[in-house]
Amino acid sequence: MKPAIDVVRLARHPKRPTSRDFIEYLVRDFVELHGDRRFADDPAIIGGIGFFADIPVTILGHQKGRNVRENIRRHFGMAHPEGYRKALRLMKQAERFGRPVITLIDTPGAYPGIGAEERGQAEAIATNLYEMSGLRVPIVALVTGEGGSGGALGIGVADRVFMLANAIYSVISPEGCASILWKDAAKASAAAEALRLRAVDLKELGVIDGIIAEPGEGAHEQPGEAMGHARKAIAMALKELLVLDEETLVRSRYDKFRRMGAFTLDDGLSGLI
Amino acid sequence: MLNRLFVQCPQCQTTHFISFFKSAHYVCSRCGHHSRLDPPHWIRQLCDRGTFRSLFANLKSLDPLRFPQYRQKLDAAERAASGWEAVVTGTAEIGDMPVALAIMDPGFIMASMGSVVGEKIARLLEHAADHRLPVVIVICSGGARMQEGILSLMQMAKTAAAVRRLHGKRQPLITILTDPTTGGVTASFAMLGDVSIAETGALIGFAGPRVIQQTIGQKLPPGFQTAEFLLEKGMVDIVVPRKHLRATLVGVLKIHRTRPYPFHHGGGE
Repeated sequence: MKPAIDVVRLARHPKRPTSRDFIEYLVRDFVELHGDRRFADDPAIIGGIGFFADIPVTILGHQKGRNVRENIRRHFGMAHPEGYRKALRLMKQAERFGRPVITLIDTPGAYPGIGAEERGQAEAIATNLYEMSGLRVPIVALVTGEGGSGGALGIGVADRVFMLANAIYSVISPEGCASILWKDAAKASAAAEALRLRAVDLKELGVIDGIIAEPGEGAHEQPGEAMGHARKAIAMALKELLVLDEETLVRSRYDKFRRMGAFTLDDGLSGLI
Repeated sequence: MLNRLFVQCPQCQTTHFISFFKSAHYVCSRCGHHSRLDPPHWIRQLCDRGTFRSLFANLKSLDPLRFPQYRQKLDAAERAASGWEAVVTGTAEIGDMPVALAIMDPGFIMASMGSVVGEKIARLLEHAADHRLPVVIVICSGGARMQEGILSLMQMAKTAAAVRRLHGKRQPLITILTDPTTGGVTASFAMLGDVSIAETGALIGFAGPRVIQQTIGQKLPPGFQTAEFLLEKGMVDIVVPRKHLRATLVGVLKIHRTRPYPFHHGGGE
């Protein structure tokens, strides 16, 4: 198994396929939709409608830039509240028309800035968690690169969550963790190991449903092959999910996240206060 | 926090007689700073005397990632906080009205949300849904508990979903945001209150001020991320000093207890 820090580097590889690449590969007749109807169109999240196989779907995801200039314009895939609200608008629209939703996760985290706080970054993410947990159409999420904390989960409450083999998903960046723990961002490698942020770790912890294989050194080498595996996994998931009635679908999603966590019962403590 | 006769305001260092400080609800008479309170103090502040009944107190954290120094941190916190985790949950009466109540404890790893906090909040919300109780959560948190990695992140989804279940039974969530409310807790149940009441001067935000400053490379405006700032930006309903908190809460609970129509209206999932 690769050291965690090597996987972190691969997950952030500049040549790694972005959400737009996935959308082009996975979806036919894509129509991009823009804006949250509240404030702006966030370039860090893209989304729209199209056909996945013959199924009309809504597909959306974080968008990093493919070069420095584009990255600056797209805030390196770090969304503002308007990005999460655009995502929610598209998901509610999908629900209205009975379309399943596919989300693509690739962000260092939600954007930390003055405007983001002023416009309610926390409220935007919280509302997405709340609404996604009750959305009455299937949701499939795919962590394609970086699954950065609340910024990732903000479009990640899904019936099936898959990760590419060299993607990461974590509550905090290894650098952030290292600087809190050891006051030294250079110890990111040890932090990456401790956080257990690789796809294999998450599978073991029961947080994701499946791992999408990447050929060779990583998805940037033969993106078509990795995306092909992703397509198969999504198709299989949709096949299972589309036959469920709405009640079952929503209840299963609730139960899925409800089970996550690790704790023990110590009965000597009950009724302490 | 408190020694026997005197106590110092953590903000302006003024020394207060503890009995005066207590009767001022642990708010500094000089600078107005609201001291952080532990759950027993909050229970005395908010609940009718002797009505609090603890629920789910037997949930204890594990160290699922075998994260460096987490076990020691937990042991120390458990000793200091005499056994409960970073949140205390239960039922109580406030102004003779029954409620489900959760109080986060800044003394326990800065009230960060790990699996136990997420589970207790979710269980309380489900309990309240089943028993048709309004929920009051006194919030304070440094965010997600890093030491539980991705499992702590998932508590955000778990608790947000449980708020939805409460709403399915037409019961309100009333959040009381105290200093500090940040990170993954803000971005889940803290921002989902039907009525959100913030304490005067409390720091409330998603990203911490330091992270923002590092990212944008400029100084933050004065008063940024305070309760008053959030009120101005439309992110909370009410900002009150601690001495008016209970009365405000009672007023809000009363309105929710009374059904607007004489016939039973709604209530199904």
